[in-house]
Amino acid sequence: MSADADLAACGTTVRPAGDGDAVAGVLPRWVALPETTEDVSAVLRVAAAHDLAVVPTGAGTMLDWGPPPGRCDLLVDTCCLNEVLEHAAGDLVTRVQAGVTLGSLAETLASQGQRLVAEPPLEGSTVGGMLATGVAGPLGFRYGTSRDLLIGVTVVLADGTIAKSGGKVVKNVAGYDLGKLFTGSYGTLGVITEAAFRLHPLPADSRWVTAPFPEAGSGDAPDLAGTLAASVLEPAAIELDRPVPGGGMLAVLVEGVAAAERAKAVQDLMGADAEIGEEPPSWWGRLPGDDLLLSLRGLPAALAATLRVVDAQGARLALTPHVRGSAGTCDLRVALPTSSDPDRVADFVTAVRDGIRPLGGRLTGVTLPPDVAVDFWGETGALGLMRRVKDRFDPGHRMSPGRFVGGI
Amino acid sequence: MSTLQRLTARLGEILDRDSVITDPVRLRTYDCDGLTYHRATPGVVVLPESAEQIAAVVRLCDEYGVPFVARGSGTGLSGGALPRTDGVLIVTSRMREILEIDIPNRRAVVEPGVTNLAITEAVRDRGHYYAPDPSSQQICSIGGNVAENSGGAHCLKYGFTVNHVVGVELVTPQGEIVELSDRDPGYDLLGAFIGSEGTLGIATKITVRLSRTPEAVTTVLAAFTGIEGGGRAVSAIIGAGIVPAAIEMMDALAIEAAEAAVHCGYPEGAGAVLVVELDGPHAEVDHQFAAVERICRETGAFEIRVAASAEERAAIWKGRKSAFAAVGRISPAYIVQDGVVPRTALPEVLAGIDRLQEEFGIRVANVFHAGDGNLHPLVLFDDAVPGQGERAETVSGRILDLCIEHGGSITGEHGVGVDKSRYMPRMFSEEDLDTMQLVRCAFDPKGLSNPGKVFPTPRLCGEVPGVRRGVHPLVESGAAEQF
Repeated sequence: MSADADLAACGTTVRPAGDGDAVAGVLPRWVALPETTEDVSAVLRVAAAHDLAVVPTGAGTMLDWGPPPGRCDLLVDTCCLNEVLEHAAGDLVTRVQAGVTLGSLAETLASQGQRLVAEPPLEGSTVGGMLATGVAGPLGFRYGTSRDLLIGVTVVLADGTIAKSGGKVVKNVAGYDLGKLFTGSYGTLGVITEAAFRLHPLPADSRWVTAPFPEAGSGDAPDLAGTLAASVLEPAAIELDRPVPGGGMLAVLVEGVAAAERAKAVQDLMGADAEIGEEPPSWWGRLPGDDLLLSLRGLPAALAATLRVVDAQGARLALTPHVRGSAGTCDLRVALPTSSDPDRVADFVTAVRDGIRPLGGRLTGVTLPPDVAVDFWGETGALGLMRRVKDRFDPGHRMSPGRFVGGI
Repeated sequence: MSTLQRLTARLGEILDRDSVITDPVRLRTYDCDGLTYHRATPGVVVLPESAEQIAAVVRLCDEYGVPFVARGSGTGLSGGALPRTDGVLIVTSRMREILEIDIPNRRAVVEPGVTNLAITEAVRDRGHYYAPDPSSQQICSIGGNVAENSGGAHCLKYGFTVNHVVGVELVTPQGEIVELSDRDPGYDLLGAFIGSEGTLGIATKITVRLSRTPEAVTTVLAAFTGIEGGGRAVSAIIGAGIVPAAIEMMDALAIEAAEAAVHCGYPEGAGAVLVVELDGPHAEVDHQFAAVERICRETGAFEIRVAASAEERAAIWKGRKSAFAAVGRISPAYIVQDGVVPRTALPEVLAGIDRLQEEFGIRVANVFHAGDGNLHPLVLFDDAVPGQGERAETVSGRILDLCIEHGGSITGEHGVGVDKSRYMPRMFSEEDLDTMQLVRCAFDPKGLSNPGKVFPTPRLCGEVPGVRRGVHPLVESGAAEQF
């Protein structure tokens, strides 16, 4: 039987792909719309039988993140896996299908005074998309990122095998944690279909304290972000927005019953220019750009030195990098101006990588046009082991091929 | 000569004479971990001092096809470090150095044999601590904590080892030295490795996150006439949107044992005590304390004590932290379980445990991390009474069944080890377990690293089928290289 006939017979809606379905410029032939984990399994069994390359997607807000797939026959769209399966408020736990959007989940949880402390930077993103990209928001500083909040996961492997790990209790060390392995795996190990998370109570009150970011290097500006991060005032997030070198703002979130009181103490630390607000600044938790975006993870104490490297290379190549992200964890995103010259972008990436490596920093691509000729992910410590994991989970290399480190 | 003997003969190429133990009497001191009813005398014990030595020993094991088991302080409670009679036991107790303390980056780099508490002691005067606090923290090793993904009383608010380790250098089961860092791109192998119970290799260097010592800590002891009142208080505290650092509960039998052992002076007549610890900024803790006190009174606490000093705080914790050992005062033998249930199912599960006690004539003392539903039922028995050990074992298994029926887990922090591997199929399907073992096959295709733990049946790894295909278009066009 042909792949067409088998897909038509597998019990799940499958439609021909259109231009809007392209994955980073690569057009699939079909789009499957499963409604259950079993549907996903049936679709993937057909894909296995016909050697089809598969890319999972949720709302598609981050589908262009990562290099384009080497090939892509079938898009598995999880939009119909959109049920909140359980919200056990008394247990501070929720179980959801992967296609649930974080916005609708937040509404459900808020009705019981709770939240999932994970906020992807784009509106409409799904639980599955957040997990597949491992994208973190400002609150990662205090609460950890999605990998820390995920307590159970159901996945479908390339051959259609349905597997779960973890469960729906917060404390659980039975078996390997497949959730950690799949979080941030960019669809290269299988399709995430269900997830369970630990929740937190919504804070009684919140305050944002903002002040100009004191640039180190121009003299003896104190390491304000470091002071705040180590402060007993326990900020929930410390974010930096720096559209141009030297023109940054620092915003600090304090949450809880005594937020107003603590915000005043934070304000004292941040200096005379600091202002307290009851709403976040407009840029809070948003991406600094979309089509030339990089991710920079460094050591917090090296924040100033890391920014100096970024500035110096930006100046050398006449590119103005816009840096935004967590100053508390030094988990930043760097956007370059749209339609920058691809050779200069490649030069920038390579030079910044070299410059921040001695500082313990790593720079990876998030979205880069295909004409930027640079290793998208950069070096990593355990590529051999990662390849071995990929080979075991997806021996035919059909899941999001070529989208991950080392061409995985 | 056996394979193990041939391997042992070559250990001298790697280690000093006094770092290899073959004397049967000395070998026997390593025959169990904290779970003493599983025993096996190791074939040979080595005491390496570096990652290179561990890697060389592991490469020998790989060459000869001999299994190996890593052991830290040997305090584990699931038999995770149970040796193999036909294998090598690699003990990390000589790797006890704190290599680096980096307060500005809030991290420390330590060798695997460093004890959990030693990290906190090294950074306490600089206002920091290492958050995970298993009850054995004075002696348990960080390497063991990484293997087991250890928790502790305070993981309710702060999470487990996996949330506080940001880098690991490990020796893979094939003897390579590999670095895993949370900053590196790629699969979260760090997250997969932590909690893999020694089956994916041996951690040789660990980078931990340090936490800021909270500005204020308030510890409250609330006494109730029965366990139901304590349970209601826990639900109400969580329902009020408070996440305490810890909420611990002990029932009457556990209190009796603790009193007999350490004279902790808990309120007389208490059918249950609740220990609630709040920490954070002063202003926050003050608000939360007022709420917790009110809730405890409303749910029937007949006495509430608040620790006003570090000494008083230690006194409150003394009874709780000594509970396991204390049970030895009221029973010749006992089995500790580590099941977890959703917090809201606690009353039903505790009632179920009561029924089991009656049905089998076996006493169970309950000590638990009430905030996250992690039970530590201590199933008491007298091994001199024929049949009691078996009945205790049955009760113990039934308790795990209760946990699974209520959507919980067979282990919250002690690990599966040898002790609970037979219960894994009650919680996971064959496909689940086979899929987990794909990770095992990737790290350890020969299955030599701590075999027989976690999984009831090993998966035969075999060769990786299939071929590489799908060269990236950029590579094909010569525009990019793959690294």
